[in-house]
Amino acid sequence: MKPFVDKFMAFLRPDRHAGRVVPPSGHTATLTLFSAGAMAFLAVFALTLALAAGGLAQRWGQELAGGATVRIIAPKEQENAQVQAALRVLGSTPGIASARALSEAEQAALLAPWFGQNFDVSALPVPRLIALQESRGGFDSTGLRLRLAAEAPGAVLDDHGRWRDPLTRAAARLRLLGWLSIFLIGMTTAAIITLAANASLSANAQVISVLRLVGATDAYIADAFVRRFTIRAALGAVGGVFIAMMCVLVLPSTDTSAGILTGLSLSGWQWLLPLCVPPLAALVAYIATRISASRTLGGLT
Amino acid sequence: MIELDKVAYSYGGDALLSDVSLRLAPGSFHFLTGPSGAGKTTLLKLLYGALVPTSGNISVFDQDVQTMNRDAVAHMRRKIGVVHQDCQFLDHLPLGENISLPLTVSGYDVTAEKANLDELMTWVSLTDRMDALPPQLSGGERQRAALARAVILSPDVVLADEPTGNVDWDMSQRLLTLLIELNKMGKTIVIATHDLGLIRVAKKHVQARVLRIAERCVQLAGADL
Repeated sequence: MKPFVDKFMAFLRPDRHAGRVVPPSGHTATLTLFSAGAMAFLAVFALTLALAAGGLAQRWGQELAGGATVRIIAPKEQENAQVQAALRVLGSTPGIASARALSEAEQAALLAPWFGQNFDVSALPVPRLIALQESRGGFDSTGLRLRLAAEAPGAVLDDHGRWRDPLTRAAARLRLLGWLSIFLIGMTTAAIITLAANASLSANAQVISVLRLVGATDAYIADAFVRRFTIRAALGAVGGVFIAMMCVLVLPSTDTSAGILTGLSLSGWQWLLPLCVPPLAALVAYIATRISASRTLGGLT
Repeated sequence: MIELDKVAYSYGGDALLSDVSLRLAPGSFHFLTGPSGAGKTTLLKLLYGALVPTSGNISVFDQDVQTMNRDAVAHMRRKIGVVHQDCQFLDHLPLGENISLPLTVSGYDVTAEKANLDELMTWVSLTDRMDALPPQLSGGERQRAALARAVILSPDVVLADEPTGNVDWDMSQRLLTLLIELNKMGKTIVIATHDLGLIRVAKKHVQARVLRIAERCVQLAGADL
């Protein structure tokens, strides 16, 4: 471990003269910077997507778990009677901790994202809703449906599982897709840096020949290239992350107005995660260039 | 110091050198001569480990070159100064940095070695060209700079491949004088050249052995040289 630490510390304290042995290559440098910046930008978005998808899956899971809804679809004059009948059935059903009918105001609030705040719900044929909470162990939904059908024919039990499970599954897959994207972005960055390093090593064959002539070891020559590409990748990634964070800043967060597309932004400690991207980009560039340099130098006589 | 024992070297199936046995003693002076394409450069490259012999053994500073790893070869080259005909500089670096390149790659503090560098630049009369880029130098200046770079680490051996190939007679005499001075300091000198006039002049000042490469073998040249 100590030799690795010593080597890394020496790498961080570059010799001013050693850093100059490889000629500056403006075009390659700009392309590497741009590529690293673009990849960092995409990585932050993939990270945001993964975190948002994870958050959504968790929220949907937590908020809807153990809950169910009974809808009363009946003529207006029978509505209250059926609500009361359904509440009686629910109150006597084992496994149900609580059940209460939503007020008109609560129902209006649920519809507000689609119809606006001042919409008169009574103008629509909206069914009455009863929210119920399961107790530990849950209830027998088949038995409850049969009892409701007998005592409140307009009542329809919706235990949320029908649409909650696919949604949470979709969110989990979206999160997986986000992490997979980050992995692919990392691999693509490594591939781009490898290609750029190979091009640079080929273009500087004469430099390598001179360095070997004067007694440079392969490690010294490799370091000259590795340091250059690591610094370029880190600087490019810093720029990409900065721009991406500015863009993420304008995405809707969980505490903005209610809606289905909330929670897409980062929150709290999550804002620290994009800061890991530049060091990771530098690490990817370091490993990719070192492998590339070792392979190229090993193949040269 | 450097010993070749029945060394052969082939490239692409063609034998360039065969059965070469040679011993370069410390402080000796050698000329390597022969027509173009005879294998002078190949032999020099074998001496500093740039090429590996097809068969036979090469021992440099009591180490078998064939068994050395890349790092060991790099460290060995720090004890062997090489002057190429085309000099081989890093064109983007000023001359001062090019000459101090062996110090840089060997981990020396170049700033601390400035006095030595200045002394060396004076020796090769390039003090006022320290900041010039290699393409801005004349042929003679490039050769003297290459010689300065070759000796900056005070190597035990200096190998020069056609060091006077691109310079006029006066400059070739100046370079020869510098190489003779190095030999008098105890360095082993090997010069590959087809310039017989240079060899004749050198033999007036130093006891030099002339090795001729002919028909892929190295022979001691006759008294005519």
